[in-house]
Amino acid sequence: MAVIEAAGLSKHFHTRRGIFGGDRGVVRAVDGISFAIATGRTLGVVGESGCGKTTTAKLVLGLEEPTGGSIRFEGRDLQGLDTAARRHYRKSVQAVFQDPYASLNPRMRVDAIIAEPLVTNESLPAAEVRGCVLRLLDLVGLPARAADLFPHEFSGGQRQRIAIARALALSPKLIVLDEPVSALDVSIRAQILNLLRDLQAELGLSYLFIAHDLAAVAHMSHTIVVMYLGKIVESGEARTLARAPKHPYTEALFSAALPSHPDERREEIILAGEVPSPLNPPSGCRFHPRCPHAMPRCAGEEPRLMEVEGRLVACHLYDTDERRAPIRITAGASSVS
Amino acid sequence: MSNSIPSSASYEPTGQRLPVKTGPLLELENLSTHYVSARGTRVVRAVDHVSLRINAGETLGIVGESGSGKSTLALTIVRVLPPAARIVGGRMLFEGEDLVQKTDDEMRHIRGKRIAMILQDPMASLNPLFTIGDQVAEPMRVHEGVGRATAWNRARDLLKSVRIPSPETRVTQYPHEMSGGMRQRIVGAIGISCEPRLLIADEPTTSLDLTIQAQYLNLLRELQRAHGLALIFITHNLGIVAKMCDQLAVMYAGRVVESGPVSRIFNAPRHPYTEALLNSIPRMSDSAQRLTAIEGQPPDLAALPAGCAFAPRCPRAFGRCREETPPELALGEGRTARCWLAAEASVDAAVIMSPSPQPFPRTRGEGGTRVAGG
Repeated sequence: MAVIEAAGLSKHFHTRRGIFGGDRGVVRAVDGISFAIATGRTLGVVGESGCGKTTTAKLVLGLEEPTGGSIRFEGRDLQGLDTAARRHYRKSVQAVFQDPYASLNPRMRVDAIIAEPLVTNESLPAAEVRGCVLRLLDLVGLPARAADLFPHEFSGGQRQRIAIARALALSPKLIVLDEPVSALDVSIRAQILNLLRDLQAELGLSYLFIAHDLAAVAHMSHTIVVMYLGKIVESGEARTLARAPKHPYTEALFSAALPSHPDERREEIILAGEVPSPLNPPSGCRFHPRCPHAMPRCAGEEPRLMEVEGRLVACHLYDTDERRAPIRITAGASSVS
Repeated sequence: MSNSIPSSASYEPTGQRLPVKTGPLLELENLSTHYVSARGTRVVRAVDHVSLRINAGETLGIVGESGSGKSTLALTIVRVLPPAARIVGGRMLFEGEDLVQKTDDEMRHIRGKRIAMILQDPMASLNPLFTIGDQVAEPMRVHEGVGRATAWNRARDLLKSVRIPSPETRVTQYPHEMSGGMRQRIVGAIGISCEPRLLIADEPTTSLDLTIQAQYLNLLRELQRAHGLALIFITHNLGIVAKMCDQLAVMYAGRVVESGPVSRIFNAPRHPYTEALLNSIPRMSDSAQRLTAIEGQPPDLAALPAGCAFAPRCPRAFGRCREETPPELALGEGRTARCWLAAEASVDAAVIMSPSPQPFPRTRGEGGTRVAGG
């Protein structure tokens, strides 16, 4: 069963330009995306800066109100929730952020940091809270004496463990992991990724995993969603998507990922230019100005997500309904059935 | 006034610029840089007896975690160390001259001219108050005494060569008007403006998006080929090393624990740290597999354990590792490793240098003689 389900989710930000705030532009940070995360599963979101992955995380965390579409949690629409149900939702969805140097209050002891969600949300006696904290510390692999120390006494990896313990304090169903290892040392990353996987297996957690390290996302996720300028361009089972991307953007993105071995030779697709401003996205397919396969149709008509070989791809190349022969220029790429 | 930069078109490789001299362009011998606290009571050995060499046109990757001394090593080479840092021993032979012995004034003529550096954060390395043209032209005006108009013309060509669209208008703009990828390319243009022999890039792509990173790395490689540049990549990312580098040096706690040709190290690492590091990175192909994590934390450089610094985290450490610091061993094929296991594995391994018995060597160049080469 899906823990969380987003349908047509949008977040548009209005910007004012000019001194009188007259000319209003709209940034479509997230524009009609749909996804679902099942219990005990991980959804990985990849994309470059400005693609809307952090806004998506904020929407799921309830830190931003969607301007369109809906989020359903355990089958209930968040919009219609009363205060008590909303409280329950907030407890069930927790977050671990990128920088454990910024996300932990330096003036609080670890004990108080981890206990804070418990103190604000549940009325537990102090002794019980302490017991919970020690259990959580043990769960994330920190010694009990850590409870009485301050964050500065820990290394980056240990701090991230503290942040994970805090996220686990209220026994959440879903944890939003926004770049949880990119601020950590290389030798520590594997520790944290393994811990997250162990916790998932042990507690049946669902993850929304956001990162720009594609190999880490592919390693952690069951399903991957690729975003470009607020839209989902491709989604599918993590390993198949990573191994054989369909959308030209996914293809380019994964080909730009660094090799894991010097003898690994890949065909590199170097995209021209940079991600355009989301304030003024290109017409039609938002990727068409950078796309090596762009056709005249791409500039005019926006492709919708369709199923291609068990995956969802938003690209006219795969629009076989209209019997348009897809033209694939890349050598070595598998031909489209 | 040298006229090595063609003023019209972008850079073309010419035979004359290719290295003619044989032997290493830069050779570090037993180099040590320590940070000393104000009272001299605390000594952090950020760079400790490092010996490396890089040939002209070659790419050397220096990999390490934060605190491994890789950035201090880069700053040592260009001699822009913070006041607390001292080069306490060793030699840096650059085109045959020892950079350690150079005066500050002599270094100023080398820095930016013969050795250039690209830093991690392009916004911090560009001055927000000066136009792009001024900043790209500055090294040429300072080092080559070129007039403003000529330097600006060259700046336009340089921007073109790093693929900045419409360089004519971009030269008059300011850093805030550029995107992150463009800024980093401008920093690259400044780096190559005086045709250096060696370019040191310290985490040049960390702040860039993936597709922009790929663009930038390819650009660096093209520039390298066109100019016969030697490139030193300081990074924590083994992927960048796999993609870009010929030679690799792995640093741990201020020391080079393993060095050699990249593909050989990736195929058969000789130091347990390198091996663990290679196993800990997730790979695209196998997502079901659990990652092999390296337990524990990197050590505090001010309080290093006795013996091998990696021993407390090493799965294969034995008694000797905790007592005696392993020497740097030459393993053949241009490889070195600082590990007792490597010493046992290859009988013919020759000790390059003995570990320093003194915690704080006072004389420069001490113990820098090579006993045997690989």
